[in-house]
Amino acid sequence: MPPLSILVWLPAACGLLGAIIPAVSSRAGARGGFTGEGSRWSTAGIVALAGSLGALGLAIAYIADYSPSVGGLRDVTDVVWISELGIHYKLGIDGLNVFLVGLTALLFAAAVLAVNLRSDARPPERPGLFYFHFMLAESAVLGAFVAQDLALFVAFFDLMLIPFYFLIGGWGREPARVKATIKLVIYTLVGSLLMLAAAIATGVLASQRGGGHITFVLSTLQALPLGKGSQEWIFLLFAAAFLVKMPAFPLHGWMPDGYRAMPIEVLMVFSGVLAKVGAYGFLRIVLPLYPQAAVHFQTLMLVIALASILYGSILAFTHTDTRLIVGYSSMAQLGFITLGVFSLNPQGAQGALLQMVNHGLVVAPILFIIALLARRAGGSEDLRDMGGIAFRAPVLAALFLIVALATLAMPGSSNFVGEFLILLGVFKAKLVIAIIAFTGVVMASVYALRLFIRAMHNRVGPRVQSREISLRDGLVLAPLVAVILVLAFYPQFALHRSERSVKASVELAYQRSGQGLSIFASQPADVARLQGGFKVIK
Amino acid sequence: MTPSLIATAHLKGPHIDFAGLSPLIALLGGAVVVLVVGMLGSRWIRAQGVPTLSLAALATALGLTIWQWNAQKSIVSGALRIDDLALVLSVILIAGGACAVVLAWRSAAARDAGHGEFHAMLLSSLGGMSLLVSAQNTVTLFVGLELLSIPLYVLCASELRREHSLESGLKYLIVGSVGSATLLYGLAMIYGATGATDFTAIAGGLGRHGLASDPLTLTGIALCVAGLSFKASVAPFHQWTPDVYEGAPTAVTAFMAVTTKVAALGAFLRLFDVALIAARPSWAPALAVLATITILVGNVGALGQSSLKRMLAYSSVAQAGYMLAGIVVASRLGAQAMIFYLAVYLPMNMAAFAVIVARERETGLGDSIRALSGLGRSRPLLAWPMTISMLALAGIPATAGFIGKFYLIDATVSGGYTWLGVMIVIGSMISLGYYLPVIAAMWMQEAPAGEERPAPAAPLAGSPAPAGALPALAGGSPELDAGATPGEAGDGATAALPVRLQPEVLFVALLGGAATIFFGIIPQPLFDLVHGAGRALGLL
Repeated sequence: MPPLSILVWLPAACGLLGAIIPAVSSRAGARGGFTGEGSRWSTAGIVALAGSLGALGLAIAYIADYSPSVGGLRDVTDVVWISELGIHYKLGIDGLNVFLVGLTALLFAAAVLAVNLRSDARPPERPGLFYFHFMLAESAVLGAFVAQDLALFVAFFDLMLIPFYFLIGGWGREPARVKATIKLVIYTLVGSLLMLAAAIATGVLASQRGGGHITFVLSTLQALPLGKGSQEWIFLLFAAAFLVKMPAFPLHGWMPDGYRAMPIEVLMVFSGVLAKVGAYGFLRIVLPLYPQAAVHFQTLMLVIALASILYGSILAFTHTDTRLIVGYSSMAQLGFITLGVFSLNPQGAQGALLQMVNHGLVVAPILFIIALLARRAGGSEDLRDMGGIAFRAPVLAALFLIVALATLAMPGSSNFVGEFLILLGVFKAKLVIAIIAFTGVVMASVYALRLFIRAMHNRVGPRVQSREISLRDGLVLAPLVAVILVLAFYPQFALHRSERSVKASVELAYQRSGQGLSIFASQPADVARLQGGFKVIK
Repeated sequence: MTPSLIATAHLKGPHIDFAGLSPLIALLGGAVVVLVVGMLGSRWIRAQGVPTLSLAALATALGLTIWQWNAQKSIVSGALRIDDLALVLSVILIAGGACAVVLAWRSAAARDAGHGEFHAMLLSSLGGMSLLVSAQNTVTLFVGLELLSIPLYVLCASELRREHSLESGLKYLIVGSVGSATLLYGLAMIYGATGATDFTAIAGGLGRHGLASDPLTLTGIALCVAGLSFKASVAPFHQWTPDVYEGAPTAVTAFMAVTTKVAALGAFLRLFDVALIAARPSWAPALAVLATITILVGNVGALGQSSLKRMLAYSSVAQAGYMLAGIVVASRLGAQAMIFYLAVYLPMNMAAFAVIVARERETGLGDSIRALSGLGRSRPLLAWPMTISMLALAGIPATAGFIGKFYLIDATVSGGYTWLGVMIVIGSMISLGYYLPVIAAMWMQEAPAGEERPAPAAPLAGSPAPAGALPALAGGSPELDAGATPGEAGDGATAALPVRLQPEVLFVALLGGAATIFFGIIPQPLFDLVHGAGRALGLL
């Protein structure tokens, strides 16, 4: 396989290229062809699309190449970046991130395609700059997913916010575009900076314990566990950063404004991918490095997750702004994912990982559909202005229905498997919390169906003009729905490949949480139980 | 040693190592040459030749500094120490001086003060700074500090026809003198306690005789902290900073912001981490508290400022707090982290100040944040350096500021001051509240109507009738104008280029931005540089 650096930096390189070419060529007077005035296609858009499709191709190749039987990191790139600080440029792929990389590449490709194909809306002003920031964001997110060095992860984690700051502030929707942006960025960067302090402390304290040179490489840090006291405060800083990003219940203040202000394509990737980086961070960094703290704060985290589920679900079925419905439902879904992670056993964690992919796959098309619905409802994204849109749009309605059913975790969908595993995991860890969390499943069907019914059926809204989905929009939507269907039929594809890595990630915390002996010791029984779970589903 | 031997040693006079002194000689000699050339009649020579000569002097000094690389010697009877620390800091100082010369090339300040005088003062101030960073003796330390300060007082007031500039100079003079006096008093007390002016002798005296906790020493140290804090604008001795930075001509502000900080923190480093290291248990907690206060005061003060220079002034206070943390831990790592931060501090700030200079000349809005509205659309080449500078000052990855902060936090945690590292982080969080709005103004706001009109012509382009257009820029006193105009009336003819064409300012901005990104991605060259400097201190 080609080195991971190509995957990570290809999008940014294409973004930069797309920003430079038009500037150079327009100066030379070469303006014409399909980049001329009045055309929707811009050179920058085409180059960006090529870059994102290239990244998608590479990501698919990594998934195809990943064999479930081989554990550990693959395709490792390990170069010393800053020797004084012990920071390595170390990238690697394993079962934890291989599907998230695929999800990132897929959603970014879909979003770039959506911007290029915008049928009714105007193409972005200053396209070169727009695509540059967009592609830089893709590179940063991919980098965060494949980074195997704590400092490098933090750097990518911080960096990915900056392009979004420009994207929302420069191309966002009025009113409160700039205000929402600054709020969002300050919220999330505050979290990231806390994480920076925590990461440096981890490196320094670990090296003092180990007596060697300072290092931030994750595998080395894992071999030098910190004392319980340091683990605890460091855990809290990391948790704050990740929970803000998700967002989880008390730290979601940026979310409503941010969701309302983002251009829909930006929101697709923001909600679909960025939220997952936080959840992924728990699995990649927090559980392996701070297992004692994870056990210590397990109940706190489960309660936060539960609060997010209940709060998000309730607001999702009371709001009428469709974007906020999706926003709050994401919050609830991310609550489920946190629940799975902090069940601290392999079933829950596997369910969480699967659910990260699932949620990304459903939230992006649903947001895209909302943009389509808004155009049919006279530009309003309010549920009260919609209604009866399915009247002359059976294909659109069918696609929406599939996505909506997947969102509410209909049995048969991959989301069902994910939620089932999460609840199974929590059941084994904390019974009471699992029982309360079940209500979240019920509420999910309420808000998802309410969204679908009130938009597509019901009385026809005052300004609604029902129209079938156009070919261009279909081109964006169809591949996403196809992937949802594939994963619904064959979720084991993802589960098998991630199993070993997930277990390795939760192993330490699992042992300490008193739920059992080593996972690997009790493997056969667990696997049998897992498969038992699937039999129920089938 | 018998008294007679000492006497003969005195009679012989110290051996003077001219090689070691050569960069200093180049700077001060350059100042004299520039002053003389500035008296020549030709306008062209005054406006163009003088800055060129200044740059040549700086280039010579730079070359001589590099020639001295890897030297480890005390010269002039131990008055100065030429080691990697002094050399690295000198290089930063000279680079900062060169940027200031370029930014001042067509400024009203240089024209008003007379080109020769302006640049001569700039060079002699730089000479004082390079003396200060290599000082190894309390007397040299004080001489360097005064040589640094006195020209700067004048430079601040060099825009003779603007009230704010004069006010700034006067304020700086008064506050700066108080600072110098305090420092002198403190140094005298340390001399009283230890009987030595030499840094190593002070260190020996403190260690041997158990003087480290002597009340006289401690009072002396406290006064030294206060005196140097005035220069480095460490809170609560920073109150002059915003007013002086705002009032001074922008090129001078840029010069002060970067080089004064380098010199003062360099002196701080040598005085505390070499001479007073034995008393560290007494001063380290106090300095840590000062650093914390500085970080908080600077960052909170910068919030909501509409004047960019004022905002950068408070931001520089905050940055001084971050760097002070490197001194507090008194380890080699801490010293290296501080020097690294000083090195990246130069391009970050120069980029920002260059953009402010450019916009001041292009718009009539001065240094208000409104002058940047819509800059991303109208002047991307100016907007990008400013953006990079703001991101770097906030410590965002892929810029040198991130690595600098990383290094400092690393040093504080390793040195057992984890909470100070957390303070740096908290400071950075607050700082987002004022750096990000600047970026928002450039990229996310439309330019206000009529923003692109050129500035009132008189003080900038030197139109024939300066008195008429004067009120626009906070009208100075008429007598001053009357006195200044006859000699300088036509001087602006050379500067009467179109206001928009400022390749040299743009060059500084782009260079600063590019260096910030470059060292953010490939910091190794800087690490190699600061490594030697850290070794020179002999800590750990």
